[in-house]
Amino acid sequence: MKLIAAMSGGVDSAVAAARAVEAGHEVIGVHLALSANPQKYRSGARGCCTIEDSHDARRAADVIGIPFYIWDMAEEFHDGVVEDFLAEYAAGRTPNPCLRCNEKIKFAAVLDRARAMGFDGVVTGHYARTQIGENGKTLHRAVDHSKDQSYVLSVLTIEQIAGAIFPLGDTTKIDIRKEAEARGLAVAQKPDSHDICFVPSGDNAGWLRDRLGSDVGPIVDQSGTKIGEHKGAYTYTIGQRKGLGLTIPTADGSPRFVLKIEPVTNTVVVGAREDLAITIMRGERAVWCGPSVDARHQSGFVQIRAHGAALPCTYFVENDLLVAVLEAPLLGLATGQAMVIYDGDRVVGSATICETE
Amino acid sequence: MPSLYLDHAATTPMVESALIAMTNQLAVLGNPSSLHTHGRATRKTLEDSREVLAKEVGCLPSEVIFTASGTEANNIALKGLYWAGRDNGKNIVVISSIEHHAILDPAHWLATHEGAEVLQIPVSDDGVIDLVFLKNLVAKRGNEIAVISVMHANNETGVIQPITEVVQIAGQIPVHTDAVQSFKKLPLSFSRLGVTAMSLSAHKIGGPLGIGALILKRTVEIPSLLHGGGQEREIRSGTLNAPGIVGFATAVTSSDYNAGAVTDLRDRFISSVQALIPDAVINGLASERLPGIVNVTFPGTQSDTLLLLMDAQHISCSTGSACSAGVHEASHVLLAMGHSEITAQSSLRFSFGATSTASDCDFVVSVLPDVIARGRAANLT
Repeated sequence: MKLIAAMSGGVDSAVAAARAVEAGHEVIGVHLALSANPQKYRSGARGCCTIEDSHDARRAADVIGIPFYIWDMAEEFHDGVVEDFLAEYAAGRTPNPCLRCNEKIKFAAVLDRARAMGFDGVVTGHYARTQIGENGKTLHRAVDHSKDQSYVLSVLTIEQIAGAIFPLGDTTKIDIRKEAEARGLAVAQKPDSHDICFVPSGDNAGWLRDRLGSDVGPIVDQSGTKIGEHKGAYTYTIGQRKGLGLTIPTADGSPRFVLKIEPVTNTVVVGAREDLAITIMRGERAVWCGPSVDARHQSGFVQIRAHGAALPCTYFVENDLLVAVLEAPLLGLATGQAMVIYDGDRVVGSATICETE
Repeated sequence: MPSLYLDHAATTPMVESALIAMTNQLAVLGNPSSLHTHGRATRKTLEDSREVLAKEVGCLPSEVIFTASGTEANNIALKGLYWAGRDNGKNIVVISSIEHHAILDPAHWLATHEGAEVLQIPVSDDGVIDLVFLKNLVAKRGNEIAVISVMHANNETGVIQPITEVVQIAGQIPVHTDAVQSFKKLPLSFSRLGVTAMSLSAHKIGGPLGIGALILKRTVEIPSLLHGGGQEREIRSGTLNAPGIVGFATAVTSSDYNAGAVTDLRDRFISSVQALIPDAVINGLASERLPGIVNVTFPGTQSDTLLLLMDAQHISCSTGSACSAGVHEASHVLLAMGHSEITAQSSLRFSFGATSTASDCDFVVSVLPDVIARGRAANLT
């Protein structure tokens, strides 16, 4: 096949590209420039689109022996990922920008462009696997569960999965680093990126405050009584206990947790730990990575964070919403996060959580 | 699969005689600044080369200042002439709006770090500077202008600029011209042009990389950028690169480049492009241009996509303009010629050289319709 390898400048995408070449594909490396004003140097685990990273990607492509280009996706990234991130926070939800980037950039803008140019698909260094079965190509967890990235890929449609190649899904990260070393790739020991790439300082709350302002608002208990003030509702997350700055103690001295963020009234609602518990979540804008889910109740697992646990549940579709009923209650779940349904290690699909109870 | 090189304006193969002369000189011991026998021998060879270059360029040997690149020559000239002028109360730097970054960026630096007022001469849609603008500017503020710098021929479009007229208008104001692209492609004489300073580069004419020259009128004194041994008229320091200089001078005397033949190739290519892609725009077509450069806008495409697709066909061409962090930017030259950001980013530069053939031209033409069709399909934004 003719493939575009998305090369971030990190070790994973470099090895993924090398493996695709070795598998006999015709591969071209592409680094996505996602920032209009990239920083010169990378600082630790932050950012993945500095000029230094693009040089690392170019060097890896040269060592592998494939052509290399830089594609400017800064505008698409800003509109599709950064703006979405801000809008979601402004609406009181907690978005996952990596998921949005996969949905709108890597497997949309890049894949579409690649296909139009005559390529068959896009290779990335994500830790995930695909399998060809009766229902076509399906998406699965990586063998290395600690590195599994199927969660952030769960927004891909069947059509997008068909064009996605994940050569690293059968290997552990430790072995990928060893393999990079053996292949003479200088990025073999480069640190992983963890934080949000477009917040190079790592100070997410500060970054949000700069862009969304820091309007002071009330912190109220469940009866609506004001018990404190906050500096920007979006800097809080559901389930948060620390940093609330509350001086009026509860009657029994038990701690309070953030239960709800109400952006319209700029209010943060707090309450007892048990009030965080939810057993039902509903998600909108469902995407199916294989056969679609219907009203039939099926057993499986739901995951609500990138590296969170797979929680046993019953799932089905009701009123166009994907519903997951948990076997055991869960404490603290923010809307805006993705709920990803698994059937064993197969990704069934995902939706954006809009309601919990 | 043939591999085609159509980026001769970026760099071009070394002519064989230059390669031999240079490699031979690499084995010769001696710093040309040393006073002993070894030094003198290298100095002799080097000065022979300087005379060869001077003769070819139409200047005095003492007017040749060897540099490490055309960029360095541009920096010495623009900054040096500005500083010399500023000492006499002149604070304006005039450049054209289509200069290479090696003039644009030093000018910008002079504005931000040295307090210079930088004024740009606009160009017509055909890429030629506006002489009326310059005339009015000189009439109004001539006594404030420290230097005027206008390139001899543009590196992206090949459009030739009216330097003789610029010099006439300038009168007593020093004029610098970046002749890196035009040297050996057009008849070029420093003395006949009448400029104060002129920049050259060896690797654009079949010489080696890492050697260039600033031709500077012998009575003109300017401050230096690199201080040290003062080897080149106290204006440029650094041990002279004798092998590079020998290679440069040998390339200068080579007759491998046949301007007529290259022009024919260029025109053959243009006719084919116009026939196959009727809405393609040949930039600067109405103007006098260098023999080897063709700059084409393919509406509805993106330059970087086209370059990738051409490269996949083993054809090396260029987007013509600079990259910022590897990201292709809209060409300031095409913008100055009236293009929009979008059409400026839909352009490719093909440049033919001494080694180009008609079959090179025909092969590119044969893949062009498919490349443009795919490029249009991939232009999703």
